[in-house]
Amino acid sequence: MGPFNVLAYIIRRLIGAVLMLLLVSLVTFGIFFWMPKLAGQTTDQIAASYVGKAPTAEAIAATKERLHLDQPVVLQYGHYLKGIVAGQDFKAGPEVDHCPAPCLGYSFRTSQPVLPQLIDRAPATLSLAAGAALLWLVSGVTIGVLSALRRGSFLDRAAMVIALGGVSLPIYFTGLLSLAIFSYNLKIFPGGGSYRPFSEDPLHWFESLVLPWVTLAFLYAAMYARLTRAGMLETLGEDYIRTARAKGLPEKTVITKHALRSSLTPILTVFGLDLGLLLGGAVLTENTFSIPGLGQLAIAAINGGDLPVVLGVTLLAATFVVLLNLVVDVLYAAIDPRVRLG
Amino acid sequence: MNKIRPLAVLAAGVVVSAGLAACGGGDDGGSGSGPGYNSAIDKIVNTSDKKGGTLRLADSDDFDSPDPGNTYYAWSQNFARLYGRGLTTFKPAAGKDSLQVVPDLATGLGTPSDGGKTWTYKLRTGVQYDDGTTVTSKDVKYAVERSNFSDELQLGPKYFKQYLIDNPTPYKGPYKDKSPEGLKSIETPDDNTIVFKLKQAFSEFDYLVGMSQTIPVPQAKDTGLKYESAIVSSGPYKVDSYQRGKVMTLSRNTHWRQDTDPIRKALPDKIELQLKQNADDIDNRLLSGALDMDVTGVGVQAGTQAKVLNADQKPYVDNPYQGFLRFMSLNVNVKPLDNVHCRTAVQYATDKVAAQSAYGGPLAGGDVATTVLPPSVDGYRKFDLYPQKYQSAGGVDQATLDKAKQELAACGKPQGFTTKISARSDRPKEVAMAQAIQQGLAKVGIKVDIVQFPAGDYFNKYVGAPKYVHDHGIGMMLMAWAADWPTGYGFLSQITDGRAIKPSGGNNLAELNEKSINDAFDAAISNTDKAARTKAYGDIDEAIMKQAVEVPLIYAKALLYRPKNVTNAGITLGYGGMYDYLNMGVTK
Repeated sequence: MGPFNVLAYIIRRLIGAVLMLLLVSLVTFGIFFWMPKLAGQTTDQIAASYVGKAPTAEAIAATKERLHLDQPVVLQYGHYLKGIVAGQDFKAGPEVDHCPAPCLGYSFRTSQPVLPQLIDRAPATLSLAAGAALLWLVSGVTIGVLSALRRGSFLDRAAMVIALGGVSLPIYFTGLLSLAIFSYNLKIFPGGGSYRPFSEDPLHWFESLVLPWVTLAFLYAAMYARLTRAGMLETLGEDYIRTARAKGLPEKTVITKHALRSSLTPILTVFGLDLGLLLGGAVLTENTFSIPGLGQLAIAAINGGDLPVVLGVTLLAATFVVLLNLVVDVLYAAIDPRVRLG
Repeated sequence: MNKIRPLAVLAAGVVVSAGLAACGGGDDGGSGSGPGYNSAIDKIVNTSDKKGGTLRLADSDDFDSPDPGNTYYAWSQNFARLYGRGLTTFKPAAGKDSLQVVPDLATGLGTPSDGGKTWTYKLRTGVQYDDGTTVTSKDVKYAVERSNFSDELQLGPKYFKQYLIDNPTPYKGPYKDKSPEGLKSIETPDDNTIVFKLKQAFSEFDYLVGMSQTIPVPQAKDTGLKYESAIVSSGPYKVDSYQRGKVMTLSRNTHWRQDTDPIRKALPDKIELQLKQNADDIDNRLLSGALDMDVTGVGVQAGTQAKVLNADQKPYVDNPYQGFLRFMSLNVNVKPLDNVHCRTAVQYATDKVAAQSAYGGPLAGGDVATTVLPPSVDGYRKFDLYPQKYQSAGGVDQATLDKAKQELAACGKPQGFTTKISARSDRPKEVAMAQAIQQGLAKVGIKVDIVQFPAGDYFNKYVGAPKYVHDHGIGMMLMAWAADWPTGYGFLSQITDGRAIKPSGGNNLAELNEKSINDAFDAAISNTDKAARTKAYGDIDEAIMKQAVEVPLIYAKALLYRPKNVTNAGITLGYGGMYDYLNMGVTK
């Protein structure tokens, strides 16, 4: 396949991705803006949620107008899309604030534009997800391969028991336990809420993320170890592996070049999905370790009924999933020569 | 066996470490002998004038807004005094003393005239913002106008709008009305004088101007909803940065002068408030000494309560009243609770001890209540019109239940009746409380069905909307209430004055509308004699209880933890039973 074909394939997928995101925005908008009305809520009741503790009729009316809640849902969606392509104005008080395109609206709770909030939170989530992903991929696949090669041994059994524990224990338990032990008693790592951006202090950034990385990776590595082990065991039983060995290929070559390469394809698929979802917000890990990422923003928005922020996070998460799936599909071709893009 | 030895060692290590963690109390935490359990309830403990260090605070949530003109949270009002000075404030003290209002930006308390309808304040001279400009009375007027009359700033209370005389053409706030005089009922004859003209006599105006909405805002620096990111400081600290959902940092306002401020010590060099922190982790950090204070002041999490009551930690714990009353309103327009005897039967038959247990027991839940006014509010008088006795095995005793049955007979319902009780579905303790009450009332034949509504819509859509309540026959409604200012009027008027009944979003859930009680509120609030007002509030409380429309359940309490690193820790009742942050410092 020539590079032109690959480019055409990527462009086709990107156009599909845009349509998919449009659909996601429509569905999400409908769920959060239209469903409450279907459930019988009036616009006054919806607006009253954003007025604070003293929802006077006057305040509710002003809020309805300011947040465009007095308009039909279709018009509100149109207003939202218009903001993405042409920007949006927002009356913040003495002056009108302009949010340039692509504008994802203003928070109903904080009156801040949504996109800068997403951009502000993304590095923390990216730091967490990328570090943890590297850890779990390397450790999970390594343990899985070793377990498969030494099937039934103590190492295999111990690894699978630990893997079972990793899958079973929730992050808010392992996270808080690791903080209590390694931060507050042994004082090896900084405690919760200690995250600092890489740009401010790289060393502190690293130290503050070690526990979250390990905790998050523990969960995923367990799954990947089991997945790799199962894939490797299946592949090692294939005829072409027996043939490779019969040809006298070194065992290292058989394992890495033939068995592992073939086993990696399904792992790569899952990895793309997992990483994409995590980049949209590692909700539990961020909340356990008080990391100000997209997951924490999403939870706060959902709890506060902050619809534009919920919509923004959803769109961003969907974007990550779509893009990573595209990357995975392209990588298939590199890993497995039998796969052709088209 | 040899194979598993390393694993066993590792496991043992983890278990020991986990045990240590569970015990809490690292080297820097609160273990050891402290000032004593409940010692900060009525006095400032660990007193110190030592300056320096960083006060480290955390919150599991965020401000509604740190803009002093756009906030309602009690802790936020308490905290805002570090970077802003209102005309008055609560005295930095512990216990009853903390209920006293003292001048802050003003030189003295307000001077009333025109029978309490006009209030005049003189500002201190030489007070400066962090940019070096001088604070004037016009900035205070502007702060009140923007916070109470603009469409944009909706999160704070609107008492000034309620009580001040409006312009002949209704005033629309400074963002729409650009006229130089603004709201005419606030006059600023000179840069140091401000005069408020009210619609009616209001003797507790000093409390209203103690709210953060009188913290001055220079008009040229106001950016409306964006002001929270660029607050101009008039207090001893300036806001270096506020990142919503992350952190707020304060450092010294170099233009603040101690000689203009007799109530602040301004001890720490820096104050860091971490936002959106994991609530359980906040407790762990407090116990380990990694954090100085949970700023919200609502107490430690359920999982931490046992830890802080250990002998080692207990000397660093306070269990104050939180200013809240948890109670059950009986709607006078839902049959058969329109009959006072049926309401009285409910008063006797309600198992308050079971309700208390459901809400966390005496320490984390609170004390059993018999009055609408809680003990932490000015005007509280101890009485019990419907005394109950309890069996040692639990439950209201037979003699008390017999009284309930007599009242049911007088109501014409000797076999009891059926009604509904409401609770907030996302507050499991409140639902458990409803279940406890349901079981207690069943003993006298009062059958209660529990209906649950989400907290966000509880008042706006359901129990605060009389039509919904009548249409659905909801006779009993659980709620909690705390005063915006800690006097009988501040507490009672919104929940028991008939004029507070609204089509939706109301708090007078019982729909009590007794002329004698309404008149008593008017008489009390126009009375300039504080002692007479205090007595009147006790009388009004008793009059409300005679109507049997409110069943007081719990005077809310919480377990608060003060690490030994914190100096000048005292519980302020002015802000609802949390630590006073005004003069808090750190030992290192």
